[in-house]
Amino acid sequence: MLSALLALGILGVLFGLLLGYAAIRYKVEGDPLVDKIDAILPQTQCGQCGYPGCRPYAEAIARDEADINRCPPGGETVIIALADLLGRDPKPLDETCGEEKPKMVAYIHEELCIGCTLCIQACPVDAILGAAKQMHTIIESECTGCELCVAPCPVDCIEMVPVKQGLDSWKWPAPPPPPYERPAADDDPAAEPAGAH
Amino acid sequence: MTEYALILISTVLVNNIVLVKFLGLCPFMGVSRKLETATGMALATTFVLTLSAICSYLVNEFLLIPLDLEYLQTISFILVIAVVVQFTEMVVHKTSPVLYQVLGIFLPLITTNCAVLGVALLNVQQQHGFLQSAVYGFGAAVGFSLVLVLFAAMRERIAVADVPEAFRGPAIALITAGLMSMAFMGFAGLVKG
Repeated sequence: MLSALLALGILGVLFGLLLGYAAIRYKVEGDPLVDKIDAILPQTQCGQCGYPGCRPYAEAIARDEADINRCPPGGETVIIALADLLGRDPKPLDETCGEEKPKMVAYIHEELCIGCTLCIQACPVDAILGAAKQMHTIIESECTGCELCVAPCPVDCIEMVPVKQGLDSWKWPAPPPPPYERPAADDDPAAEPAGAH
Repeated sequence: MTEYALILISTVLVNNIVLVKFLGLCPFMGVSRKLETATGMALATTFVLTLSAICSYLVNEFLLIPLDLEYLQTISFILVIAVVVQFTEMVVHKTSPVLYQVLGIFLPLITTNCAVLGVALLNVQQQHGFLQSAVYGFGAAVGFSLVLVLFAAMRERIAVADVPEAFRGPAIALITAGLMSMAFMGFAGLVKG
């Protein structure tokens, strides 16, 4: 009886020490704050804040290197949300970064397109479809309206058009991001994403 | 050498942990709806199953048997498995954030995967030595992975197939699993004994 208690106890202590050591040895230098900030940013990857994308901007905010008012696509909503999260005062959008516009999508005037693929290379979200010497087109549902494709176009055939809210384009407001991705979204209630038992 | 090869083939095909021994059915049904997650789960399980088979052999051989405490096997194996999973998670998180992201929630859930405990206990029951235990654990894991990936690929196809109303969802999945199990019975003649 005593030996059983001792054996299990010692085993538990040993494993505890091992895990404690591992927790120090394999400590991950991740900042959970970055994820939270990144979740608030609009993910247009437009670079108007002066950082290469939304994630680097989130990291800069978390390190206190960047102000929270440098995101034109997010506009006031994002500034207020960030101010809430970080406990800072909201301030107006930084004019040097750009101005807040209604949600836009790019539109390619297809009769003018010469198929140079320059805009495809510029697009951060792969929303442009086309090949060399073939007409290009925008996948409207993927376009974040970042305007990065407008400048590279040699024949100026890309125009930004505001998204009209109609029956086709109206969406429910985005829910808060889920803690993890479920395996699939079909109608299979029995199979939980658990790998247990 | 032949002995280990036999153990490997026997655990992967003939005595498949899922389809013949019916262990680890939860992840088999739960994580098999997308090939990608199934592959991730298979990878994680392979690693943990092999490692925990080795560790629980060591605990059994050098702690429980000398002290005459065989009746503590189940609880100490559960302890070992939990520690191995937790340790794996930490190491993977540090060394390969990408793999950690792929495995995600499935990694900690392996703790309660009955295949892992089952293999540890079967090793004791069949009185395997150190290397035999390791190979048995690895073989069981490969068998689990094989079946999980195959099943996930099939379910991806079934998802787009025109299944009769009454069989949609879990029903057709269970029928598929049953058919797979029957198919694996065909391997029974492969190795004698």
